[in-house]
Amino acid sequence: MDLKEKLVSSFLAFEESIDAHSPVHDIRNEAIKTFETQGFPTKKEEAWKYTSLNAILKHDYSLFPKQENAIEYKDIKEYFLDDIDTYKIIFIDGKYSSHLSQTTHDGIDVCLMSSALNKPKYRQIIENYFNKIATKDSLTSLNTAFSSEGAYIHIPKNKLVEKPIQIIHFSTGNESALMLQPRNLIVADENSEVQIFERHQSLTDNPVLTNSVTEIYTAKRAIVDYYKLQDDNSNASLIDNTFVNQKDQSHCLVHTFSFGGKLTRNNLNFYQNGERIDSTMKGITIIGDKQHVDHNTLVHHIEPNCESHQDYKGVFGDSSTGVFNGKIVVEKRAQKTNAFQSNNNILLSDKASINSKPQLEIFADDVKCSHGCTIGQLDESALFYMRSRGIPKKEAKALLMYAFSNNVLSSVRIPELKQRITNLIANKLGVNIGFDL
Amino acid sequence: MLKIKDLHASVEGKPILNGINLEVKTGEVHAIMGPNGSGKSTLASVIAGKEEYEVTKGEIILENEDIEELSAEERAHNGIFLSFQYPIEIPGVSVTNFIKTAINETRKAKGLGDMPAKDMLKMIREKSELLEIDRKFLSRSLNEGFSGGEKKRNEVFQMAMLEPKLAILDETDSGLDIDALRIVANGVNKLKSKDNAVIVITHYQRLLEYIVPDVVHVLYEGRIVKSGGKELAHELEEKGYDWIKEEVNA
Repeated sequence: MDLKEKLVSSFLAFEESIDAHSPVHDIRNEAIKTFETQGFPTKKEEAWKYTSLNAILKHDYSLFPKQENAIEYKDIKEYFLDDIDTYKIIFIDGKYSSHLSQTTHDGIDVCLMSSALNKPKYRQIIENYFNKIATKDSLTSLNTAFSSEGAYIHIPKNKLVEKPIQIIHFSTGNESALMLQPRNLIVADENSEVQIFERHQSLTDNPVLTNSVTEIYTAKRAIVDYYKLQDDNSNASLIDNTFVNQKDQSHCLVHTFSFGGKLTRNNLNFYQNGERIDSTMKGITIIGDKQHVDHNTLVHHIEPNCESHQDYKGVFGDSSTGVFNGKIVVEKRAQKTNAFQSNNNILLSDKASINSKPQLEIFADDVKCSHGCTIGQLDESALFYMRSRGIPKKEAKALLMYAFSNNVLSSVRIPELKQRITNLIANKLGVNIGFDL
Repeated sequence: MLKIKDLHASVEGKPILNGINLEVKTGEVHAIMGPNGSGKSTLASVIAGKEEYEVTKGEIILENEDIEELSAEERAHNGIFLSFQYPIEIPGVSVTNFIKTAINETRKAKGLGDMPAKDMLKMIREKSELLEIDRKFLSRSLNEGFSGGEKKRNEVFQMAMLEPKLAILDETDSGLDIDALRIVANGVNKLKSKDNAVIVITHYQRLLEYIVPDVVHVLYEGRIVKSGGKELAHELEEKGYDWIKEEVNA
């Protein structure tokens, strides 16, 4: 039985086991039908031309691990932002871990999707927001069909969340292969502000496939600052589907740091449903071996006077491959739009490759849109210059690559995270230098 | 300090240096002059260890050690400094961070720890004053958008910070107006001591008005064809290089 059949045939039992009377019952049923019709995407589809899922779909994934697994905090501390006070929503093999988490209902809701889906007091929010901007493509639909657990965050009006929220998914390797489908919902009401950090971490070499969906709603003047750290094991793959719906004068920033994992696909979609909105999407990708990272972005400018900023840097070594597919749509009424996109790449080896494709669909006539894409090697003359001043080759390369990606780091607003990412970059590049540029 | 014996070097199979012999003693300033394409910059790059240049024959000896097998960074650690004719722009790396990294990597190579931040700052302050460098300049990205004069002054600033035994100034005068030339030359003169040595590579005599050489060599077709005192530079300025070419070809 292939994975698609396995998923479809296990759906009924899954739905009955949770709650057939849930408000999302119909949504799930629709979604599994969509997935059944469409199946997993193949390279025949334009959006998947350079990313093949074949290799990661062949495992016999366990879909509903039964066993509860406890992990000691000290053993996984390194994966947390542990030097600052944070809220934490932690999952182990898809199950909520209360002893590792720190949730709250004190003025804000930082808790679980399962509670939000089941408790009457959240019913209105679920009806208003759940699956309202997630698209009906096959992978998102697959997640919707099985959506039961994940992070639920609701920040009420005028509330500034004083500490970041960490959402971390661990997989323990107790299953020989594991598929996870977390579902997150983040609602930031008018004039609120929140910072979120998300990562997925496999603790063994057993194959893991995560198909995650996150819906983010930023109301008028709200600020959502979201960081994704993708530095997983070599047999862990991630398909991240994130949808952001923005209202007037809101600001949403998504930074994606992709440093590891077998296959990583980021489907990041912004919809600007208001005026004077700012959408920022930035990423640093540094990979090697046979790793693959695919950034598939969309900014949909619907209303006038909005901005979007995209800045993605990639460094590809060994036989690694990258894809950047950035689409900007400017509707006819979205006059005075400023949309910027930039994608710069360095190939460190002859076997590494990157496919970069900007797509601009502009129907308004008074807009500023720009896109730029570069693909190159490290500048040999710069390397010699640095070496002639006593900086060894490896350190010189690292310094050049760090400088290359530094634009993206400059907008990270959590200093401890910035330091963490800086250390990770130094570690990826195999050097021990400070980079205090 | 530096002894070069029968040095042959080629780039992409094409011979550029065809038997260079040169000895520079501690405390000396040597000028290497010559027409375009005579191999002056190649000689500088070969001494500094640029990998594209292949040494096919001969020896380069710095303080009794054959450095031919050493990498560019190892040569820098041993005290060689090359001031580039065209300093490279490195966006995103500030002058300060670059020089800090260079100094600390050099210290690391010698088994020393990082220079304490306080000492580093003090040194940066002293050397930038010496070269009349505005402190704001130091936080800018290395050479990015610098004028010709700023680039060369920055090269000499790095030289001042790294305190090399042997500094090679490759066409440091090119692209400089007379004021910038004077500042750069004064900087070099202040750094000059009885314990180090300088090789000045130049096409024109004008820089040698300020940095006065002990010995002047004329390089032509990859060989030193004439050596003399500083008056040789004047002669070349007056008569050009044609008479040298004629002498060699005769």
